[in-house]
Amino acid sequence: MSEPLLEAVDVAKDLGSGAAKVAALKGVSLSLNGGELTLLMGPSGSGKTTLLSVLGCMLTPCGGMVRICGQSTAGLNPEEMARLRRQHVGFVFQSFHLFPTLSASDNVRLALDVRGNPAWAARKRSKAALATVGLAHKTKTFPRELSGGEQQRVAIARAIVGNPSVILADEPTAALDGDNGRAIMKILAQIAREPGRAVLIVTHDPRLLPFADRIVHIEDGRITGEERDKTHTAEA
Amino acid sequence: MPLVFTLALRNLFHDRLRFIATIIGIVFSIVLVMVQMGLYLGFGHMVTTMIDHASADLWIMPKGTKCFEDPSLLNMRDRYRALSTGGVAEAIPLVIGFADWRMASGEMTPVFIVGSDLRAGGLEPWNVVEGRVEALSGSKAVAVDSSYFNRLGVSGIGSSAEIRQQPVHVAAVTSGIRSFTTTPFVFVDIDRARAYTGVPSTKASYLLVRLNPQANRDQERRDLASNIPDVEVLTPAEFRERSRKFWLFGTGAGAALFAGALLGVIVGTVIVAQTLYSSTKEHLNEFATLRAIGSSKRYIYKVIVCQALLSAVLGFSIAALLGDIVVRLTQATALPILITPSLLVGLLLLTVIMCVGSSIAAIIQVTRIDPAMAFTR
Repeated sequence: MSEPLLEAVDVAKDLGSGAAKVAALKGVSLSLNGGELTLLMGPSGSGKTTLLSVLGCMLTPCGGMVRICGQSTAGLNPEEMARLRRQHVGFVFQSFHLFPTLSASDNVRLALDVRGNPAWAARKRSKAALATVGLAHKTKTFPRELSGGEQQRVAIARAIVGNPSVILADEPTAALDGDNGRAIMKILAQIAREPGRAVLIVTHDPRLLPFADRIVHIEDGRITGEERDKTHTAEA
Repeated sequence: MPLVFTLALRNLFHDRLRFIATIIGIVFSIVLVMVQMGLYLGFGHMVTTMIDHASADLWIMPKGTKCFEDPSLLNMRDRYRALSTGGVAEAIPLVIGFADWRMASGEMTPVFIVGSDLRAGGLEPWNVVEGRVEALSGSKAVAVDSSYFNRLGVSGIGSSAEIRQQPVHVAAVTSGIRSFTTTPFVFVDIDRARAYTGVPSTKASYLLVRLNPQANRDQERRDLASNIPDVEVLTPAEFRERSRKFWLFGTGAGAALFAGALLGVIVGTVIVAQTLYSSTKEHLNEFATLRAIGSSKRYIYKVIVCQALLSAVLGFSIAALLGDIVVRLTQATALPILITPSLLVGLLLLTVIMCVGSSIAAIIQVTRIDPAMAFTR
């Protein structure tokens, strides 16, 4: 079996300090493999978002180890963590986080611009990424002129344009209606079919279950169970 | 267009009201600095206008003379001592001083008499627009500036008045010879200058020294200083500098102008800093998203500094246009504002430094951004 693209071993993370200190993660181990769409499910306050932040190299764990594409995050400073993120991770946020003053194309291009890609190449790739999510005709449209589903598709294009190994999505369908949610999940499932790419989606929406290759349950900062579903269909 | 620039531009224009307030702040600040510095330069230029237009290689003056208008006097014997110095070709006496001008209507006003030997041409009126300089050698003839006609109660060539109860008539009219003290200059022949100011024939205010072409100015200056007791021998540049220093710093005028300029810089810095800070705060989620998607801190600093530079360039351009209008409006006043190309370049640099410096508070705020914010907001 090939090495996992993202691996967390016995990860612990405390949030806050003093009397307000909370153990958000208590020895979590998880690995993401290429070609897989994993759902991370759990109730509010279970540590889903904290785990996503640790896996996405945004938070440094208090204990344990995170390895992304073979590279450990141990001892990295914030700038080195940022470098790891731009090299290997694409993010999709619940509230899209698009730049309202930039067009769809420029929003996508931003992910390449922070990587230092030349402008001409970035323009070409951002158009291609928008085409992948079915928005080739809306490159010059601004976020306020797009529907929620379209905005999330732009966010997905931004996440994939840098060709990252891992896509981390935080409740990507929470702000969308059923149809748009399904459309977004189809796109993410499609992206996850690439063997060199793993997709992890944090959700507590059971409607996403049919899209998952794997479902990981988290509760009170611990992984409480894992299911593999080989019967799912991207056409769900 | 680089995306950093686009993002900075759009961030600025996103809240137009705030952007307009920023630009007004920068324009106000830079125009204030420009006017203060323009006044400083204009003042510095005006206080040396007589020195600038005198035809002299060296100036001999009583020890301790502070400026051109200083009333100290030299002995005319010094003139012969100067002429006996090897390389000196001419030592032209100059008499200056205040006098009372009585108009035909009987009203009085003070004037500043400038009298030199018109045949030697030490310090003659310039920019003569009516009459001729040579006419000043005629009896009772004076030259005045057209801008002081109302003050002097004259209307041009042939107008009459009295100085120290002695009748005079306007024989030449100049244009643009204005005094920063607002006391009109009156050019006359040296003999009548003595009569009008009460300076005896044994005294003079200055000696304007012209050297032979082959003479070494430094050597002649040393010789003159050692041959003539109790005088100072200065080059025109040194006398200019001394006059400027006296009027600008001896009187506190320069300090006041600099204080005004400093106030402008402080106001501008605070306004730009406040705007950039609040703009950054408003776009904090976007900056957190940028951090989350892997941007370096440097990339975000570039966006903020770019915003500052855009504000600086736009603010400065408007300020420069306003400055040009102010210069035109003050051209014919007692103290015209002088804006030189080097002042403009300096102001552009100051604007850029001010705006970029103002972005520090915003940058400090951005350095504290937690990229994980993108998940929680």
